[in-house]
Amino acid sequence: MASDAVEAVDEVKAVDDLVVVPLRHWGRWVVGAVILALLGALGWALADAKIDYAAVPGFFTHDIMLRGLVNTVVLALAAQAGAIVLGVLIALLRRSANPVARWFAAGYVWLFRGLPVLLQILLWFNLALVFENISIPGLFEEKTNVLVTAFVAALLGLGLNESAYMAEIVRAGLNSVDHGQVEAAKAIGMTPATTLRRVVLPQAMRVIIPPTGNNFINMLKGTSMASVIGFLELIHAANNIASRNLQIMETLLAAAAWYMVVVSVASVGQHFLERYYGKGVAR
Amino acid sequence: MSLVRAVGVRKSFGHTEVLRGVDLSVDAGQVVCLLGPSGAGKSTFLRCVNHLETIDAGRIWVDGQPVGFTSRGGKLFELREREVARQRRGVGMVFQRFNLFPHRTAVENVAEGPVHVLRTSRKAAVDEARALLDRVGLADKADSYPHQLSGGQQQRVAIARALAMRPQLMLFDEPTSALDPELVGEVLEVMADLARDGMTMIVVTHEIGFARQVADSVVFMVDGAVVETGPPGQVLDNPRQQRTQQFLAKVL
Repeated sequence: MASDAVEAVDEVKAVDDLVVVPLRHWGRWVVGAVILALLGALGWALADAKIDYAAVPGFFTHDIMLRGLVNTVVLALAAQAGAIVLGVLIALLRRSANPVARWFAAGYVWLFRGLPVLLQILLWFNLALVFENISIPGLFEEKTNVLVTAFVAALLGLGLNESAYMAEIVRAGLNSVDHGQVEAAKAIGMTPATTLRRVVLPQAMRVIIPPTGNNFINMLKGTSMASVIGFLELIHAANNIASRNLQIMETLLAAAAWYMVVVSVASVGQHFLERYYGKGVAR
Repeated sequence: MSLVRAVGVRKSFGHTEVLRGVDLSVDAGQVVCLLGPSGAGKSTFLRCVNHLETIDAGRIWVDGQPVGFTSRGGKLFELREREVARQRRGVGMVFQRFNLFPHRTAVENVAEGPVHVLRTSRKAAVDEARALLDRVGLADKADSYPHQLSGGQQQRVAIARALAMRPQLMLFDEPTSALDPELVGEVLEVMADLARDGMTMIVVTHEIGFARQVADSVVFMVDGAVVETGPPGQVLDNPRQQRTQQFLAKVL
């Protein structure tokens, strides 16, 4: 017995004394070095480029650039907000018991998702060519080119396209909620409207928010297409400034910086929304 | 006077006839257990009482009102969904899979109906919800989310949620079938307690022991029809019908 114990202790000692050689990951060092070398080369090239970096901060806070920034954000928010409302509506029509409503919703998505946004913006902007006036008989009448400004045309083009995507996102969200939830709501006497508002939508939000955040980031960048019809958003603002001093790269870099700022803020907002609607979900 | 009366209730899903003319009546204060093999139509019938399913033929009355209809001038008019919702207020339902609202805490689940259906003040509803949770033995779990509760606890919250609407009738759709065996007792205890307080209950269950102890009447269903009805002592211990005898021989 005693000798067994001594042997065991010796064995442990022997194991402790062994030299252990960890696996060397040579490949990782090589890949890391290559990436750093390439980044270094890029940085060196950019530092040596014919760019007047000192001018960028001035363009970043230039009056016109700031107006472009405000217009970009306002257009993106308005288009996204409209798209969410319309999208929920179309998604509800798509799930309706009424076959005409379902058919209409499917056609709506097919059309507004199918056409390029730029084309849609151009169609709205040139609406005056085919309809001189817009009127609701007896109530309202106005010249089309007064009513459909560059902002309105961009809003319609971006918003309607986005609403088709939102309809699909909302539909997926509504479908993700267990039918037992609706039955439980009915069983405590909830009306369909209250069931949707209190039980189904809050749970659907968990599925709806991530792709919506994604789409909103796309929307922020998509507003740049409104520059084509002369709307003063960031790109148009950059071009506007550059047309006076020919510092095209510098103004575009200032616009690029603003896009990154706005997109970053949107991403942070999405994170908090996701956390809020994740309530009650086991992780 | 019967609180629930069903006459000739028929219901099909596609080409499958699930209920083939069910007659049943439940008096106020009575506890009725629906027993029978799976596929007998017990749950479907229960769901018809609450108009979660529409029936194809026959009629169900709850408290003298035709379920899903209103009678005017000798005619029955089908109700709108929001009017059906009003009818359902008086009928509580407990589901096999609890169906608690996962995004709300236990107390919020219970207060949801009073606040958003009955328009009770939030303060009064929350106070009452806490009292109800206390009654089902969950006073300390009021602020937990459903996923933090065991199955038995979730089902007791679900019972409290139904009670918060002050129903005159409670429907239980296999309330213990989704529970781990050791959690069945706590739920049955709450239900027995309700029965003692005089609640009218229709219970679809496989718990023969519960039916024997608590039910005033046991209804045995097979293939969408009622085969045998009577007090538990008779139906469970001296069944007259062969189908009942066969079923009980398997489950007891």
